[in-house]
Order: sequence, then structure tokens, then C-alpha cells
Amino acid sequence: MADENVQKPAGAPEGQSSGGGQSSGGGQGSSGGHGGGHSGGYGGGRPGGGRPPRQGGPGGPGGRKFFRRKKVCKFCVEKIDAIPYRDVRLLQQFVAESGKIVPRRLTGVCTPHQRRLSRAIKVARNIALLPFSNR
Amino acid sequence: MQRTYEIMFIVRPDLTEEDNDKIISSLETQANSAGASVKHVERMGKRRLAYAVRGFQDGLYVLLTVEGSGNAVHEIERRMRVTEQVIKFITVRMDEEQKRLDKMKKLRDAKRKTSSAPAPPAEAPAAAAEPSAPAPATSQ
Repeated sequence: MADENVQKPAGAPEGQSSGGGQSSGGGQGSSGGHGGGHSGGYGGGRPGGGRPPRQGGPGGPGGRKFFRRKKVCKFCVEKIDAIPYRDVRLLQQFVAESGKIVPRRLTGVCTPHQRRLSRAIKVARNIALLPFSNR
Repeated sequence: MQRTYEIMFIVRPDLTEEDNDKIISSLETQANSAGASVKHVERMGKRRLAYAVRGFQDGLYVLLTVEGSGNAVHEIERRMRVTEQVIKFITVRMDEEQKRLDKMKKLRDAKRKTSSAPAPPAEAPAAAAEPSAPAPATSQ
């Protein structure tokens, strides 16, 4: 059993597994030691403790592990003030396949523009330029 | 008080061009009699509708830009509701939006002017400094 512990983490980085391989005392006690071969082994065998520390995340506690690159508001960048309800091609970029309006956190639009956009989409829906729902 | 409205309506697709013109001109005369003026008529042509309206899958889109009071537009809408050929219409009030756009434009232009103003005076002393600098150099 001790041989297994030493030979198994051959693919794992040497620095990390050296502690785990040599401390046979810890290997004996832990039940999930095999699974935790690639992590810092001396943390007890729990798979939960094996993950690398949380990378950056200026988003703070949100449940997301990594932060998507900062999305900018398309309208602010291109300095578009008015969002016409007649411009179907522009509005379709912010409408999902099902016809629903895409939320702001996915498109990166700023709040005032999102409000104007949703109003324009609703007007376009009423005049049959956009569907209310697509199946 | 003159307000600007955009009235977009859809006409049945199986109408001929002259029928379409007849409807538009009748609406225009109605608007004029109610005290509104039609600024602009844009025929956007036949388009496929996003959903079936009164059994039609296509429609002829027309956009009217009207300037007048709310009562006049109300009259136009009533007319459109009665007209059997018009299958859908929507009226959007544009003057507040136009005011806001003009304000934004003014702000933008003012900003552009102030950003470009320092440049010419800066260039002038720079140009004045340059000929004076080489002059003493050559004299020495």
C-alpha cells in the first residue's frame, strides 16, 4: 500500500506530492487519499479541500469563481443616444432566440440604455417588428 | 402646443399601390382638418410580420410624422381603427425625446469646442517660439 502511494502521483508535480507520498502515516489514516493525489496531500483526504485557492475576483462573493472581462455598454462606447424602435437589426442583438429581452448582466449595457432599449423592444413587439415569443 | 408624433401603421399586403396611396392621403386630409400637419410620409415597403395579425403574415409598413395636438392624433387613430385595411398601428410621442437628443447634441458640440479651443492658441506660441529658437542658434 505504501508503494502504491509513492508510485501513483508520478504525474503530479513533485513538490506537492512529496509531502503526501512520504508521510505514510497520513496516507494510512485518510480514506480518500487516492483521489487527492494531485493536491497538497497533507490536508486530510477530503476532496473539498483539494481545490486551488480562489483566483482574483473583484466581483466579490457572488458564487462565480472567475470574473469575466469587463463588458462595456455598446451604446456608451459608440455614443448612441436614441435607440429607435425601427432598427430591428440593432434590437435583435439584445433579444434571445426565444424572443425574451436579454438581461443587462449578460450584455453589459448600462442601466439608462437598458431601460430605453427595453422600451424600444416593447414598442417593436407591438408593431410586429419583433415577436413576443419564439416557441 | 405642437407635439411631434410618429405613427407607424401596417396596411394589408394584398392592396395595390394606389389603394395604399388613397388610404394615406385620406389620413392626411383627416389630419389637416383636425389641425395637425403631416411632416413626412415614409413607405417602408412590404415586410414579414413577426407574428400573424388578422391572419396576415406580411404587411405594408407606413410611417407618418405628424405635428399637432393630442386631440388631432386621437382623431387620426380613430380613423385608422375604423379603416378596415389598416391592421395595426402605434403612435409614439417624439418631441420630448427630440428635446433630449438636441440637448445631448448641444452638450457634445460644446465639449468638442472647448477641447479644440486650447489647441490653436497653443500652436501659435509654439510657432512663435520655434523661429526664435533657431535664430539665436544660427547666429552663434
